[in-house]
Amino acid sequence: MTVQTERAPSGPAEAPKPPVKGKGRPSAPRKAGDFVPYLLLLPAVAATLVFLGWPLVNNAILSFQNLNMRQLIQRLTEWNGIDNYRDILTGPDFWRVTGRSIVFAGVNVLLIMILGTIVGLLLARIGKKMRVTLMIALVLAWAMPVVASSTVYQWLFAQRFGVVNWVLVQLGFEGMGDHNWFGTQMSTFFVVTLLIVWQSIPFVALSLYAATTTIPKELYEAAALDGANAWRSFTSVTMPFLRPFLYATTFLEIIWVFKAFVQVYTINAGGPDRLTEILPVYAYIEGIGNQHYGMGSAIAMLTIVIMLLLTAYYLRIVLKQEEDQR
Amino acid sequence: MKRSLFGRFWPNATAVFLVLVFIFPVYWMFSTAFKKTTDIVTDTPVWFPTNPTTQHFKTAIDADNFWTFVGNSFTVTVLAVVFSLIIALAASFALARMRFKGRRGFIIGFMVAQMAPWEVMVIAIYFIVRDADMLNSLVPLTLFYMVMILPFTLLTLRGFVAAVPKELEEAAMVDGCTRRQAFLKVILPLLAPGLMSTSMFGFITAWNEFPMVLVLNKQVEYQTLPVWLAGFQSVFGNDWGATMAASTLFAIPVLLLFLYLQRRAVGGLSDGAVKG
Repeated sequence: MTVQTERAPSGPAEAPKPPVKGKGRPSAPRKAGDFVPYLLLLPAVAATLVFLGWPLVNNAILSFQNLNMRQLIQRLTEWNGIDNYRDILTGPDFWRVTGRSIVFAGVNVLLIMILGTIVGLLLARIGKKMRVTLMIALVLAWAMPVVASSTVYQWLFAQRFGVVNWVLVQLGFEGMGDHNWFGTQMSTFFVVTLLIVWQSIPFVALSLYAATTTIPKELYEAAALDGANAWRSFTSVTMPFLRPFLYATTFLEIIWVFKAFVQVYTINAGGPDRLTEILPVYAYIEGIGNQHYGMGSAIAMLTIVIMLLLTAYYLRIVLKQEEDQR
Repeated sequence: MKRSLFGRFWPNATAVFLVLVFIFPVYWMFSTAFKKTTDIVTDTPVWFPTNPTTQHFKTAIDADNFWTFVGNSFTVTVLAVVFSLIIALAASFALARMRFKGRRGFIIGFMVAQMAPWEVMVIAIYFIVRDADMLNSLVPLTLFYMVMILPFTLLTLRGFVAAVPKELEEAAMVDGCTRRQAFLKVILPLLAPGLMSTSMFGFITAWNEFPMVLVLNKQVEYQTLPVWLAGFQSVFGNDWGATMAASTLFAIPVLLLFLYLQRRAVGGLSDGAVKG
């Protein structure tokens, strides 16, 4: 859940340590200890391949099957080639949901990054007491389990006795007294977006604040000597320093928002009339809810492909970063 | 200076506003949970529970199988976190301290694994678990959660291991420790804060997980708290007092853990996020 950047090498490449057991043979080109790192990595790699790799492979296999309730109960395997993909890609639903998911993710990520950055920069500007108070508030919002916070948002936006409707009436919007927030696509998306943005800002803000504390003070002093005003020193010192960090955070947020299943599903189960289904919810409702397991798997595969396309740019940056470190 | 013109007023006023925005939903959950129903079902909100009651908590706890859900959630979450810590510790030590062929490949591999779309793989996971005859069991849940939090745990721990000065380890080995002893006696204690903040994030992820339990464990005895909370709401409908009490009970372990580790959490985050 954090942004990983490769650590700069702190010194010359370390010579392999003598093996723990047995007599060391320092002159031998290959030492007994050479396999130690692989041994240490083995459990992690094996677990990931089995429990992440196998579902991915299985998902691909299932997506080429005609697998519904009947086949599930009788444990039949019926291959139907690319029929699932053809049906999905030629039907209107998938493209509508895809477009909706991309717009939804875009709006959320934009709000999260802009507001998160502002809050993060604000943290650096306020007094210590205020900062600690705000940090605790942020941490509380962040730590709320998603299922709990969605019930709380349902209560805040409840049609009867919800505090939001009351506030809106007090502000002069008389018609909002009995407003049903979960009755239309847009207002449901509004509540989901508010929930996601509220809960995601803390990560961006707190990490951004942490990042600003690592900016060397000398850079600001030098900028001041050159006659830079506050805005100038922000654009030419703060921003360049934070840019790689902002890139990485943005791409992580894109992934997280794009697969925000729990928020959308628990707030209104993709309703009303399936109008707030985003791709993971769509895959779930088609696959599990309507028991078209093969179809659901195909939708899942396409979702993964779209996610890879969205994150390809980030992965390229990571790869490049890792190469530059050599 | 331009800065004093901008002053302290607006930043602080904004901060106060933000504190309210971020804390209000959490406060509203707590306070509703303690309010008498007559104070909840009212046209003008009652801002403080003036006649606090614990009735709603009784409703939530007396709901069917509450303690089973609590037990299942804790078992699965704690085991997943502990297992992934053990596995990740070994791997992160290798990645932070040793130079070997393919090291970068492993790191990138785990970064990609961190993005795994678990939410859309539930169908495939359902069939794997069914074919292994393990539906309605806590074992597959534990294993999948372990792998779900593993990449994050591993990559963050790598940062913490790398931050421990290599000289400490070398000094211990000069003093006659083997590498393993040096690790267990010198490095591990220094990693305690890192282990805590890493496990906290793992805890939240596993504690929250919802779609997989929903699909794998249809039998009530093997479900966890998120499923209980989601179902609780449909059973108790508009009883917001009980629903908020249930949400509070679900949120409290994480909120306490977070508040307790707050400083370390943020510090750990910055270590993992910025310094890597």
